Amino acid sequence: MEDTSTLILDIDKIRKDFPVLHQQVNGKPLIYFDNAASTQKPSSVISVIKSYYENDNANIHRGIHTLAERATEAFEASRKTVRDFLGAAYEEEIIFTKGTTESINLVASSYGRNFLDPGDEIMISAMEHHANIVPWQMLCEEKGLKLRVINVTEEGEIDLADFEQQLNPRTKIVSLVHVSNTLGTINPIKHIIDASKKQGAVTLIDGAQAVSHLEIDVQELGCDFYVFSAHKIYGPTGAGVLYGRKELLEKMPPYQGGGEMIDEVSFEKTTYNELPYKFEAGTPNIADVIAMKTAIDYINKLGKKNIAAYEDELLKYATEKVSKLDKVTIIGKAKNKVSVLSFVVAGMHHFDIGLMMDARGLAVRTGHHCTQPLMKHFGLEGTARASFAFYNTKEEIDVFVDSLTKITQLAK
Amino acid sequence: MSTINQIQDEIIEEFEILGGDMESTIFYIMELGNKLPDMNDADKIEDNIIKGCQSKVWLTTNLDNEHLKFNADSNTEITKGLISLLIRVLNGQKLDDIINADLYFIDKIGMKRVIGSQRSNGFSAMIKQMKMYALAYKGQKELRENS
Repeated sequence: MEDTSTLILDIDKIRKDFPVLHQQVNGKPLIYFDNAASTQKPSSVISVIKSYYENDNANIHRGIHTLAERATEAFEASRKTVRDFLGAAYEEEIIFTKGTTESINLVASSYGRNFLDPGDEIMISAMEHHANIVPWQMLCEEKGLKLRVINVTEEGEIDLADFEQQLNPRTKIVSLVHVSNTLGTINPIKHIIDASKKQGAVTLIDGAQAVSHLEIDVQELGCDFYVFSAHKIYGPTGAGVLYGRKELLEKMPPYQGGGEMIDEVSFEKTTYNELPYKFEAGTPNIADVIAMKTAIDYINKLGKKNIAAYEDELLKYATEKVSKLDKVTIIGKAKNKVSVLSFVVAGMHHFDIGLMMDARGLAVRTGHHCTQPLMKHFGLEGTARASFAFYNTKEEIDVFVDSLTKITQLAK
Repeated sequence: MSTINQIQDEIIEEFEILGGDMESTIFYIMELGNKLPDMNDADKIEDNIIKGCQSKVWLTTNLDNEHLKFNADSNTEITKGLISLLIRVLNGQKLDDIINADLYFIDKIGMKRVIGSQRSNGFSAMIKQMKMYALAYKGQKELRENS
């Protein structure tokens, strides 16, 4: 079959955009397969950060001078780009945060504390990242709520029958991962959002792993909240997004108090600023929010469809090769997956796999991937995980498979 | 019996042959781990686990006259290899020599790179635990002699 996607994406040219890829690690060319943990940054993103500090650095929103104006304009341009990226209706529905974790905590704290009553229920799944478990657990403890957990099947898919069985009129929040960071599973979130809405539950989708692979349209999905981090879409660390439906955000109280989020302050009473500033207390991470736009522009230029097609091809290629290896079991065999390949090797601890691969210049992640309950579900302490991005190649996968073959030969 | 420093120098010489190649170094460390006798399952209990290691490491000791003997195991091959090196250097040595040992071989054989910053706390914990045992036995001995 003709290889069409590689014709569309010029991988050699793309690789030149990522300076970090061109280095030796332990005497071998770096092969970066830890993209689910954090993606690398193109030169355009790096130079925007540098240029901001060299030319435009000023605090945003309340300055009258030219630099403040320039910084504010760039910051707000980023909000517009994110709105388009997610298909949101209004710019004020985009709240900038530190990242996915803070976005979830903001909703748990501001919405959860104020609109849920003792006995109400929150539903998550067994494949959630700790960031989408712990904030809800804390809220449940504080408010006397019940946390329900949707089962995951052996293949690593959401057990929809279990979801439908557990969903009930007391379910007030359904918070679910769009794509599992450990398994790569793409969850049927549209179906879950629709069913949850019918029960009157508010929905939050953790899109940290989804945004770099899938096209997102929050209006079409119909979710109430959608969250992600910039560093997983080729942008900087320490910047992220909370999308929230305007109607909900408007009735939610501020999350943190401080500068920026106020309208008028007096010792008797303070009134709050309008959306989105109500939720952006203090000086934000200006440079990194601005650079988030550059990262999104870069992705848009390549085209998500092209990215997804190429990454699927890499996943298929790797899965076929790894499946043939003795002693290796792939964890997560969902029908719909992004380019994440989690595996265990019988008789070899994942730490050893990680170190042996590092010796070959291969960066893979090992451990529980911040999903300890999921590991427990599969009866595992951890896995090794290779996750591919559009700058990876089949030749790199060949080196990975070769290293893995050697590791299986050493396994007891 | 060779002194602690003689054994350290032997190890440094062995690792020099590998020429600093990370992959060969790791495979060699794993091979050394394989040679370390497995510990009885009965000894693999919570009390014998060294706290602070990412992977599980069990350590037991027994005192033979003035000489301290170590037994250790780990659930990961590379860690087992690393601890086998520590055992090779310190096993059967006198309490005072263990307490005062300067383990310079770790730096010299490039083990710091194998261990990395995330595992170095665990590795320090292993060394500390081995020295603590020596110190505890010495304290016991002095208590007996003074009473």
